[in-house]
Amino acid sequence: MKKNLISSAIAVLVFTVLLGVAYPLVMTGVAQVGWPRKASGDMAMIAKDTKGNPRYFAPRPSATDYNPNKTSFSNRGPNQASARFFYRDQLKAYLKLNGPYNPGLTNAKVPADAVETSGSGVDPHISEANALIQANRIAAVRSIPLSRVKQLIDENTDGRSLGVLGEPGVNTTTLNQALDR
Amino acid sequence: MQGWLQIIVFCLVFTACVPFLGGYMARVFTGERVFLAPVVGPLERLLYRVLRVDTGVSQGWKSYAGSLLVFSGTFWLFLYLILRTQTLHPWNRQDFHSAPWDVTFNTVSSFITNTNWQFYGGETTMTFFSQMAGLAVQNFVSAAVGIVVAIALIRAIANRRQGATGLGNFWQDLTRALLYVLLPISIAGTIVLVTQGVVQDLGHWGPVASQEIIKELGTNGGGFFNVNSAFPFENGSGLSNFVEMLAIIVIPASLTFTYGRMVGSRRQGWTIFGAMFTLFAVSVVVVYLAEMHATAAQHAAGLTGANLEGKELRFGTPGSALWTAVTTVTSCGAVNAAFQSLTAVGSIVPFANLAYGESAFGGVGTGLYTMLLYVLLAVFIGGLMVGRTPEYLGKKIEAREVKLVILGLLVTPLTVLLATALATGTKYGAPSVFAEGPQGFSESLYAYLSQANNNGSAFAGYTGFYQPNAGNLGSHGITFADLVGGMSMMVARFTPIVFTLAVAGVMLKKRVAPAGLGTMRTDTPTFGGLLVGTVVLIGALTFFPAILLGPAVQSLTSHLF
Repeated sequence: MKKNLISSAIAVLVFTVLLGVAYPLVMTGVAQVGWPRKASGDMAMIAKDTKGNPRYFAPRPSATDYNPNKTSFSNRGPNQASARFFYRDQLKAYLKLNGPYNPGLTNAKVPADAVETSGSGVDPHISEANALIQANRIAAVRSIPLSRVKQLIDENTDGRSLGVLGEPGVNTTTLNQALDR
Repeated sequence: MQGWLQIIVFCLVFTACVPFLGGYMARVFTGERVFLAPVVGPLERLLYRVLRVDTGVSQGWKSYAGSLLVFSGTFWLFLYLILRTQTLHPWNRQDFHSAPWDVTFNTVSSFITNTNWQFYGGETTMTFFSQMAGLAVQNFVSAAVGIVVAIALIRAIANRRQGATGLGNFWQDLTRALLYVLLPISIAGTIVLVTQGVVQDLGHWGPVASQEIIKELGTNGGGFFNVNSAFPFENGSGLSNFVEMLAIIVIPASLTFTYGRMVGSRRQGWTIFGAMFTLFAVSVVVVYLAEMHATAAQHAAGLTGANLEGKELRFGTPGSALWTAVTTVTSCGAVNAAFQSLTAVGSIVPFANLAYGESAFGGVGTGLYTMLLYVLLAVFIGGLMVGRTPEYLGKKIEAREVKLVILGLLVTPLTVLLATALATGTKYGAPSVFAEGPQGFSESLYAYLSQANNNGSAFAGYTGFYQPNAGNLGSHGITFADLVGGMSMMVARFTPIVFTLAVAGVMLKKRVAPAGLGTMRTDTPTFGGLLVGTVVLIGALTFFPAILLGPAVQSLTSHLF
């Protein structure tokens, strides 16, 4: 018992120094030297709150007002009555914003990602279908050719990693920056 | 099609890793020389001297368990001390205070037991120092503790020498698990994650990548950020998602090979792997098919297509569904999508996986030793069916060890059901519940299922902590949820460990009889089937009624609550 206690007490300190101080600090050093931009947080990976502004592509709904410093899930359940109203409001707002530029746009044609909350609340990506609907609005409001907007969408679409892993998506953060350039 | 392709690629890659990492771990724990020895060896020997450990001593099961418990207990106190003194910490950029005592009790118990259940949100309550020197250290250490228990049990089953009394040396096993297995893979993994946009700094975001990789590799699951691996800076791309899932499953899966090699029959290891893989494959298929459809609430609003609520687009439905299965067949509990927003059918998968006691593939170490208890039980049942004295690898399975096995397997379900009954039957559980109707019950059941199984994933509406502002000032815990949850984790972690080591103690000294004609073979697909049947039957019989009341009800109705 006494021997165990002594070994434990020493082990607690030694492992904390090795695994809790040395390891993370060394890795921080390596990361900061090797990949300084990514290791400090590449803000292109975080959505900006451009929702409701007709001049910009809107990211997906967020449970946290797109705050990256205090994240949480929406925790909206599959059979939750209030969830239905939330989706209805989202649909209504989306149609109101994009309907005038997309004749024939109905609830059934609205892509799910445009009305369903992302996990992180700061997911910058939207589906291509969602982007193409919004493209008509952007082109009209900014008075630029639709083909130019579509070209920018192409340029700001992140493909699958290694061509296989994950899903492709249009990055609204970088796309909106490109629009302003 | 693309989604299925990703799932198949994942299965092929992790299965391909099994012989390599499994063989490597077998060499590490049998004391053979491995390629890292020139680098790690000097540090290892230095640690033994500093810890005052005589590695020549092989400990009996009671002594091994004693060292494990004293070590974990000491670390519990130390972690509590760290988390309660946040105002004194370096790297406290936002001047965070400490969380209340009851929340801290829950958090400390959670990380010591490899659960990583989180009532707190990392970025709004924990200083960088708490994260890296407190919580992340446990990600390593609690994982290593799980591994050494599995190794001790393997050694006992594999032992062919008369008069052996020791299971190995706890301190040596622990050190080797940390230095030869967990740390090197974490170092390499950190770099990979950083290239995928996972942050690693001491400025605004914190040392995330170094913690993220061991959080997956040690099947811990406690996120640096509240939304865990859904946050772009914890999991930035399809590739990082893949690497993190691989890190979660690779050690539990590989330990089956380690087992086969150490008992001298790789077929035994692959049979267990096959049984685990079957349970895993079923859960992946179910959750992926389910998540391709809209939920009842989405249908009611006129939406069709996949359920993307609480999911990140860069992972999509396949990447989120696969992760959900991976993190719940293991005892990881990290999430990249909100479990509470899964479809009703999809949410049955995490419930069912946890109901199997996380035996396929299970936590690092815990998965294999739980599955080995199931193996002994299946051998016993099979023996009864063919009418012969059951034996496993030449060792007779008798009343004493079957009793210990049953006790080891029943502690966790008993804890879950008692805690859930307390939480739902009294008024004390009510303040924690967020959702109405069956979903509210699901939250409570899942909270204790997850904590007692040391998983840590959540139907995140369930709360034990109110925090009006970041930094813990003015925050308070829900004492009932914090304490009952914390105690569930401790009881359901350490009691099975002690029973498992007791089984090891008995198995170690069994005489080995040569296999005869009537011996039931345990390295065949038939036995694999019997094993799967045993696991499903026990899990289903224990939890089926409770699961009916929550997710199953919701999957049968389009009614909204």
